[in-house]
Amino acid sequence: MIELENVSYTYGDGALLSDVSVKLQPGSFHFLTGPSGAGKTTLLKLCYGALLPTSGRLSVFDEDIARLDRDQMALLRRRVGVVHQDCQFLDHMTLAENVALPLMVSGRAESEEQDNLTELLSWVGLGGRLDAHPPELSGGERQRAALARAVILSPDVVLADEPTGNVDWEMSQRLLRLLIELNRMGKTVLIATHDLSLIRAAKSQVQARVLRISQRKLHLAGADL
Amino acid sequence: MSNGDLRNLLRRDTRADRVVPPTGYTAHLTLFVSGAMAFLAVFALALSLASGRIADRWASELAGAATLRINAPAEQMAAQTETALTVLGQTPGVASARALTAEEQAALLSPWFGPDLPIETLPIPQLIEIVEGEPGLDTAGLRLRLGAEVPGAVLDDHTRWREPLVDAAMSLRRLGWVSILLIGGATAAMITLAANASLAANASIIAVLRQVGARDRFIAGAFVRRFTYRAFFGAFVGTMLGMTGVLLLPDPSDEGGFLTGVGFQGLGWVLPLLIPVLGAVVAFFATWTAARRKLKELS
Repeated sequence: MIELENVSYTYGDGALLSDVSVKLQPGSFHFLTGPSGAGKTTLLKLCYGALLPTSGRLSVFDEDIARLDRDQMALLRRRVGVVHQDCQFLDHMTLAENVALPLMVSGRAESEEQDNLTELLSWVGLGGRLDAHPPELSGGERQRAALARAVILSPDVVLADEPTGNVDWEMSQRLLRLLIELNRMGKTVLIATHDLSLIRAAKSQVQARVLRISQRKLHLAGADL
Repeated sequence: MSNGDLRNLLRRDTRADRVVPPTGYTAHLTLFVSGAMAFLAVFALALSLASGRIADRWASELAGAATLRINAPAEQMAAQTETALTVLGQTPGVASARALTAEEQAALLSPWFGPDLPIETLPIPQLIEIVEGEPGLDTAGLRLRLGAEVPGAVLDDHTRWREPLVDAAMSLRRLGWVSILLIGGATAAMITLAANASLAANASIIAVLRQVGARDRFIAGAFVRRFTYRAFFGAFVGTMLGMTGVLLLPDPSDEGGFLTGVGFQGLGWVLPLLIPVLGAVVAFFATWTAARRKLKELS
């Protein structure tokens, strides 16, 4: 599904990732951890083509990402849902419009959009906030809305970058449950987080592989977590 | 760009168009520039059309006519005029020739001397108006014959001052069209700048759209439609104001000469209505080019 073979990423003179190899199988659940600035976000960005490897091979859905043109990249991104820590909403649009954005850009009919939207926002517990604008939402609501937007096209992979970074413990557990639920639906999930308590909480509910980035390298984390 | 792409780009999609924030200084800039340029284009077009009309009129009216001036002492004036008319009546290529009446000559002088000029008290030459016919006037031969038979006659076939006037009118017409082209170019440049500024200001929105799987065509389309419709609206308002301005110009009159003839006549009033459409076309291509370039830069 997503496979990195000896992938390195360099920005300017500094190497952010070096010789990273990992394979995310369909339906698997992964945590990506490491200290701030270790390269978690960089690795996630590589996985959905926001950055391209400086060297090595990265394939997503068996496509070498470096060989895709911009149109092909857009189609690939429709199969990869992404949740950012800062959510990245368009503030001039309502919550419903923001969540429906992937449907809109992929040219789905408005009626289909409405059905999916209502169902999805109820699933994340935001059924009553359709007309709210992003600045009016709490941190937890924003994260849940970002998750809804990430999965509205029913992607094969969900990548979440510090999804619980701005929310309290209760909300982080709620978000985790939603992500686990997605994994049970067959989605591959990769969560970048430095919150070890979240990983510990997840391990009792789902079989998760924990990857740790340190010294620009990726390691499989041990039982110390 | 295929016809299908073009249709998709121009088809109004209110949902897709919402992704570009509706406000920002580029919106006002586009509206103002396209409005002002359309206003100027209306006047350039009016000037160009009026110059064309004047050039055509002068060329056709003056080309088929000549004037014979008889400078003679008062006691010989009638005889020389009679002889000149006889010579002209026998000359091939002269369709008609007639001596201007005293009233007509007074009318010609009235712009300088006023309407009550006692012309009979002044040593004014007699003018004979000649209308050319087939096979055309041999002015050199006519001059020789008049020189022999009517010593005080001077033939003026208008070439001397007709050509510079027609040239001036044609130059004015060219100037008008060049102005319209420059206005179009300046509009394209300004809209390109505004589109670039808007795309740069909305780079974070473009990043979000790309992340959720938007193709460049979708993103460019949202900006292109926004700028095209703004340019059309601005140009429409500018054109209407320009046409109103032209409408309020004084009616053409002999006294006003060329200045009062600037404007549109008949079907000419339809031409300025094309300006908003052309403005929209210019905006479309300017924004499309800017968007494609900027999106490539941002990828």
